[in-house]
Amino acid sequence: MAKTILPIGPYHPLQEEPEFFTLTLDGETVVDVDVRLGYNHRGIEKLSERKTFDQSTFLVERICGICSTSHPFAFCQAVEDVIPLEVPLRAKYIRTIIAEGERIHSHLLWLGLAGHFLGYNTVYMWAWKLREEILDAMEILSGNRNNYAMFKPGGVRRDIKPEDIPAVLKKVDSIVPTLEMLKNAVIDDPVLHARLKGVGILSRQKSIDYSALGPTSRASGVARDVRKDSPYGAYDQMEWTMIVTQNGDVFDKAVVRILETFESVNIMKYCLEHLPPGEIDAHITSLPPGEGIGHIEAPRGETFHYVLSDGTNRPARHKVRAPSFMNIPTFKATVVGQELSDATIILASVDPCYCCTERVAVRDTKGEKLFNGKELLRLSWAKTERIKKELGVP
Amino acid sequence: MTYLMYIGYLVVFGVAVTAVIGLLASWIDRKVTARVQYRVGPPLLQPVIDLVKLLGKETLIPSGASRTMFLAAPLIGFASVIAVSTILWTNSLSGGRSFLGDLVVVVYLLAVPSMSIILGGFASGNPLASVGASREMKLVMAYELPFVLACLVPVILSGYTLKLGDIVGYQTQHGAIALSGGGALALIVCILCMQAKLALVPFDAPEAETEICGGVLIEYSGPVLALYRLMKTMLLFVLPFFIIIVFMGGLRLDGIHLVLFVLKYVGLVALITVIRNTNPRLRIDQAMRFFWGPMTVVAVIAVGLALMGW
Repeated sequence: MAKTILPIGPYHPLQEEPEFFTLTLDGETVVDVDVRLGYNHRGIEKLSERKTFDQSTFLVERICGICSTSHPFAFCQAVEDVIPLEVPLRAKYIRTIIAEGERIHSHLLWLGLAGHFLGYNTVYMWAWKLREEILDAMEILSGNRNNYAMFKPGGVRRDIKPEDIPAVLKKVDSIVPTLEMLKNAVIDDPVLHARLKGVGILSRQKSIDYSALGPTSRASGVARDVRKDSPYGAYDQMEWTMIVTQNGDVFDKAVVRILETFESVNIMKYCLEHLPPGEIDAHITSLPPGEGIGHIEAPRGETFHYVLSDGTNRPARHKVRAPSFMNIPTFKATVVGQELSDATIILASVDPCYCCTERVAVRDTKGEKLFNGKELLRLSWAKTERIKKELGVP
Repeated sequence: MTYLMYIGYLVVFGVAVTAVIGLLASWIDRKVTARVQYRVGPPLLQPVIDLVKLLGKETLIPSGASRTMFLAAPLIGFASVIAVSTILWTNSLSGGRSFLGDLVVVVYLLAVPSMSIILGGFASGNPLASVGASREMKLVMAYELPFVLACLVPVILSGYTLKLGDIVGYQTQHGAIALSGGGALALIVCILCMQAKLALVPFDAPEAETEICGGVLIEYSGPVLALYRLMKTMLLFVLPFFIIIVFMGGLRLDGIHLVLFVLKYVGLVALITVIRNTNPRLRIDQAMRFFWGPMTVVAVIAVGLALMGW
C-alpha cells in the first residue's frame, strides 16, 4: 500500500496551538513523524534583555498561559542565584502554594483535553468544571485566575491574608471528592484501558536517552523530580510522595498526573495551614555581575532559566528552556509504529506546550548555524517587500 | 389513488414528520449531554437554526474532488433514509399495506446512508476524508453481520415471515419479541449496531474530530453538509423506530399504546445519549473486534434461542 503523508497542523482541532506534525502513514500505521514548530516565536529572551529584572518577571509570566508561575518562579530563582540570596520562609511557602495550585489546574486541564481527544467529552467537561474551583481559589489568593503576578526577585508581591485562608482551603478541599470519582472513572474504565494501555510506550532507556522530563519521564520509571532532587521553595518542609509508574504508556502518564494532583492538593493544604509569619520580600536593591540558574518542577517537567548579569538592572543574557522542548522529541520513540487513531493521544500525552518551546535556530545537517540575527532580519524584510510587491502596496 | 396516498405518506411522514421528530430527538440528545457535562445546552430550535444556517452557506467543491459523486453521495443517503421512513410509517399507519420482503428492503436501505458517506468521503479527494471513509467501510463490514443476524430473530419467532406487518401482528397477539430470551439478546445487539450506524461515540472513529478533523465530512459545506446532517438527524428517528417495530411491539395509535410508543422511543434516544457520554472512542480495529467477536457470538446465540422458540 502506498505511503500517505498526513498533516496534523499548523491549524488542527487536536491542539489549540499552531504546531505541525507530518505523519507518514502506511495504511493506518505511522511509519515516521516529523515535528515542525516556530509559528509562535515571540523573541522573549531578546525582549527580556531590554527590560529590568522586575519587568522581566512579568514578561516571562507570559511565555505560557498555563505554566504562568513556573517561568517567573525559575526566573526569580535564577536572579536570586546571582547574588546569592535566601528568600524569607513565608515567601517560600506562598510561592509553593501558587506553584502547586498551578500544577493542579494544569493537570486537570490536561486530563480534560485527553478525554476530549479520546471522544470522552464528559471527562473533558467534568475536569474543566473541577478546574474552575482551583481557579477561584487562585483568584482569592492572587486576584487573578491565571497569570498570578505574585513573583518578584527576592520574594512575592502580595501576602496571603489570614482571613482568606479558610475560603481557599474550602475550595481546595471541595475538589477532592469529585477528583476521587474522576480518578476511579479513568483508572477503572475498561474501554479506557483498551485505548490507553500499551499505547505509545516510552521505555525507561528511551526516556533517559531523550532526557524526557516531568510526568513523561516519571511514567517511564525514571524517578526524577526537581522538587525532590534539588529542593526549592517549601518542598523540603513537608512529607510528600513522588509518583512513579513503570510502563511508560499513555495510561501511566495519565495515572501519574492524576495521582500527582492529589499530592499537590496535600502540599497546598499543608502550606496554607502552616504558613509561617514574617517578611515576604528580601528587598533586593542591586545585583552584582555574575550568572545564575534557576530550575523548578513545572507541571510538565523541569523549567530552566539562566540569567547573566553585568551589574546593571537588566539581564545581559537570559535563556529559557521549557520542559516541552525535551518532551516533544520523544514522539519519535512513541508514535512510530502506532495506529493513526492512537497517534493523537500519544502526541497529547506529554502535555506539550508549544508556545513555551518556540525558538529560532537554522542549522544545516552538520550542526553549523546558517543564519545570524542580521541575516534573519534581512530575510524578513525581503519577504515583506515581496508580499508588498505581490499585493501592489506601495 | 393509491399512488397519491403513497406520495402523501412520503412527503408528510417520510420527510416532514420524521425530520421534525429527528430534530427534536437531536435537541434532547444535545440538551441531556450538556446537562450531564455541566453545560447549559442549546435552545429548542438550535438544530433547526443550524440547518438553516448551513443552507445559506456556499457549497465548496474541492478541486481534486470528483464533482458528480461528491454532490450525489449525500442525495443517495438522504433518499434512502426517506424511503425507509416512508416504508416504516406506511406499515405502521395503514396495517396490511406491508409487502412481501419489506424487512429485507429496509435492512438493505439502512446500509445505504453509510455507503453514501463512504462515497462522499472518497469522492472529496482529501486524505483525511479517505481515512475516514476507509474506517466507515471497516465499521460497516463489522456491524452488518451481527445486525442482520439480530434481525433474523424476529423473523424466526414470528413464524418465518419477512413482512414487517406480520411481525407487528405477531407481537400484538403474543407480546413483544424483546420479551423472549432470543429477542432480548438480539435487541441489545441491535441497539449497539444502531450506535455504530449513527456513528456516535464509542463508534465515531470515521468522524473523529480530534484525530481526522471530522473525517468523511471534512470537505463538505453548505447545503450538501446540511443534507448529511439532516440525514443523520432523521436516522436518529428511523433507527429507533425500526427497532421498536421489529422488537418492541411497533406503533399503535390507540390510547395507552401511543404513550408507550413515545416512552419506548425516548428511552432508546436516552440510551444512545448515555452510551455516547460514558465512553471514550474505540479504535477502529477494536470496534471491528467488538462486533465480529462478542456481538456476533451474542447474535448467533440469539438466533439459536429463537430457533428453539425461546
